[in-house]
Amino acid sequence: MAGSVDNPKIDKPGLVRALGRFLSAGQIIHETEALRPYECDGLSAYRQLPLLVVLPENAEQVRQVMQCCHQRGVPVVARGAATGLSGGALPLADGVLLSLARLNSILDIDPLARTARVQPGVRNLAISEAVAEHGLYYAPDPSSQIACTIGGNVAENSGGVHCLKYGLTVHNVLELKVVTAEGELITLGGAALDSPGYDLLALMIGSEGMLGIVVEVLVKLLPTPQRAQVLLAAFDDVSKAANAVGDVIAAGIIPAGLEMMDGLAIRAAEDFVQAGYPVEAEAMLLCELDGANEEVSAQLARVRQQLLDSGAIEVRTAQDEAQRALFWKGRKSAFPAVGRISPDYYCMDGTVPRKRLAEVLLETSRLSQQFQLPVANVFHAGDGNLHPLILYDANQPGELKRAEDLGAAILELCVRVGGTITGEHGVGHEKIHQMCVQFSAVELEQFHALKRAFDPQSLLNPGKAIPQPKRCSEYKALGGDTLIPPSARTGGE
Amino acid sequence: MAIQSQNISQALQQALADAFEQAQPLQLRGSGSKAFLGSSAEGQPLDVTGHRGVINYEPRELVITVRAGTPLGELETLLAAEGQMLPFEPPHFGAAATLGGTVACGLSGPRRPYTGALRDFVLGTTLVNGRGQVLRFGGEVMKNVAGYDVSRLMVGAMGTLGLLLDVSMKVLPRPEQECTLVQELEPGQAIERANRLAATPLPLSGACYDGLRLYLRLSGSGQGVEAARRSLGGEALPADDPFWSRLREQELPFFDSALPLWRLSVPATTPPLDLPGKQLIDWGGAQRWLVSEVAPETILQAAARHGGHARRYRGGDAQSRASTLPAEPVMKLHRQLKQAFDPKAILNPGRLFPEL
Ligand SMILES: Cc1cc2nc3c(=O)[nH]c(=O)nc-3n(C[C@H](O)[C@H](O)[C@H](O)COP(=O)(O)OP(=O)(O)OC[C@H]3O[C@@H](n4cnc5c(N)ncnc54)[C@H](O)[C@@H]3O)c2cc1C
Repeated sequence: MAGSVDNPKIDKPGLVRALGRFLSAGQIIHETEALRPYECDGLSAYRQLPLLVVLPENAEQVRQVMQCCHQRGVPVVARGAATGLSGGALPLADGVLLSLARLNSILDIDPLARTARVQPGVRNLAISEAVAEHGLYYAPDPSSQIACTIGGNVAENSGGVHCLKYGLTVHNVLELKVVTAEGELITLGGAALDSPGYDLLALMIGSEGMLGIVVEVLVKLLPTPQRAQVLLAAFDDVSKAANAVGDVIAAGIIPAGLEMMDGLAIRAAEDFVQAGYPVEAEAMLLCELDGANEEVSAQLARVRQQLLDSGAIEVRTAQDEAQRALFWKGRKSAFPAVGRISPDYYCMDGTVPRKRLAEVLLETSRLSQQFQLPVANVFHAGDGNLHPLILYDANQPGELKRAEDLGAAILELCVRVGGTITGEHGVGHEKIHQMCVQFSAVELEQFHALKRAFDPQSLLNPGKAIPQPKRCSEYKALGGDTLIPPSARTGGE
Repeated sequence: MAIQSQNISQALQQALADAFEQAQPLQLRGSGSKAFLGSSAEGQPLDVTGHRGVINYEPRELVITVRAGTPLGELETLLAAEGQMLPFEPPHFGAAATLGGTVACGLSGPRRPYTGALRDFVLGTTLVNGRGQVLRFGGEVMKNVAGYDVSRLMVGAMGTLGLLLDVSMKVLPRPEQECTLVQELEPGQAIERANRLAATPLPLSGACYDGLRLYLRLSGSGQGVEAARRSLGGEALPADDPFWSRLREQELPFFDSALPLWRLSVPATTPPLDLPGKQLIDWGGAQRWLVSEVAPETILQAAARHGGHARRYRGGDAQSRASTLPAEPVMKLHRQLKQAFDPKAILNPGRLFPEL
């Protein structure tokens, strides 16, 4: 039978034949069981089998895939390592899922220019590993860096624990090669520090696979600091820890990283990796300082005193490099650690002004009681970027819905205090309704007009990231906090 | 005062809405300090300098939100009083320069390669698009990926996509200490040295070669700067030497010429450019200033050959082509974006590129 179940206009066998002209049989997956591993990303509450998956091996094949899909009006969803937490790589039933996983070569390293040219499927950590021998590293370090790809990082403008001082993906990428919706290869940015005309490089970064497919990335590398040292401060009160964050920065120090974990997260991480965390504490901060040897020594003393003045009950300095690595390991494995203590968890990603952190954490804990679901907090405190992890059990009827409602309430709280619904994970499929809270109808219309400038037929990741204003009026008509979670809308997929 | 500004922003919105209605092109005008840059826009002048003042400044948050007509000098004085600064060290090119004009031109100073460009510190904007609609993107928080990054898109767009009403920027503490070291070198050696040093963990915040000497600026904590100074050696400039501000404002003797001044933006490791005229190298090699009478094509080609681009900054024949254009498929995206923000082409037509 020609035509997929959902979209009779798409001739699946015809599409497979057309793709087969330039892809080998092993590069096209179209049988249901083989498609199963591709049905979701890191936000596994939402699942959808794609029409088919393609695995191109070079930029030219990506271009051909896009041309082929463009001619046939078939939508395309890009996929890196699928660690995304907003359903950005959630497939479409009538669309092609384009995996960039096989474009995984580091093409060039230029130690003098401090750049690396890589394909999109290269893992984030692999870049730093490859350039370490030159005393360089790639700064943005999402906690998922062992697995996530640079292409996914570009699409989400990902951050990490070192972004407070060294910036997000947008601050560390010089050039992108991108295949457009029509299948044209373009270059944005360059090896120089700027390029003529509009800053399309910045626009492409964080555009969630909606404006083009990234096929090559020139990243900026930084020199490894002479010394990095981490302080661990324990608090008997979450608010004190939250306020200490602002105090450190107000003292004129920009730490390389300033992360916070609450009691629940501390204990889960400690059980998981035995990092030596203070399991009795209600909250803890990890504060990394880096720079020249003498500089770090001086700052350590200042920050230690500041943390004590802000009410820390204990401040420890990592004794050696191994202990420093262990302190960070606990932080970086906090999500999976929380995953061990609950059947499911749902990770939120709002950002708020630093000064509102204590208040937002308090209100989150009140909401947690109201919705009767535990919440663990482990997040990029220096940037005010919260990650409440909502613990739930998808097998309990109604719990997913309750988790979504609680998540939505937290995000709307973030907007209310002058923040945003997403700091680094993207809107994707997940937060599409909360976009209506953050943006007006004319702003959303401007986003759509911008999208049409790149993708007039709306073939790239359609339906994600930017809601239709009409949907928003329906959403708002249902009244302030009454929420339609994506799962309900799509009929419990 | 606040009410007055409110009125001004409404008046600006109304002016754009009317212009949209009548398809009347507008020439957005700040202080005019950067009128020499790019081509001149066609249309009726619209003065935006009345829309000034700080909306929100919280030193603890490292964020400031100001109306676009606010003079850059005023803003910097305010920040300095709190021990903070605009990290991208923007050139003013005139005492009345506004923040809005600086953002629209996307100008960053000597600190650019080490601390970041203007666009790196933009957190949010309120703008009026070519339909006369007021839109807010981004915000005052450090990380925000909700929606496309329209705020950064405004940087360097020269007012062709929207009229900026206000801008939120990330600011940083001023460095505790600064010190400039000077050393005589050949041009090739200077470029090589600036790049080698940038690949080591030194607190570099400027690297400029004036044709004879390499100037290296160090900024950071007292201990960090001292340690770096010891390891680098070289002669130190007096602490009050205005070298960097004169470089930033193009007041060094190098810039004092009747001949056209060109800016070439090239990869930092590009060897000395073989072009007639005199050159000054900034941004650790990534920004080359050229004073030369040679034909524009020759300069544009040299920049392209090295993977960069060029633009005539001052002087020269206004009729001749004076900047590298984006490649055609990228230019097509420019046209479509212009259409998306300003469908009747009322905003600064021709200011950035003749066809936009
Ligand atoms: C345990 C855990 C910890 C995490 N920690 C962090 C963190 O600290 N900071 C952070 O920012 N994120 C974090 N994340 C989220 C996630 O890892 C990042 O968003 C990451 O950048 C996604 O990369 P990916 O390769 O997995 O992309 P995917 O999930 O495959 O895709 C993400 C989005 O990018 C698009 N995309 C992928 N590749 C391309 C391409 N080549 N061209 C165009 N579009 C493309 C997809 O369509 C999708 O919209 C975490 C996730 C997990 C599971």
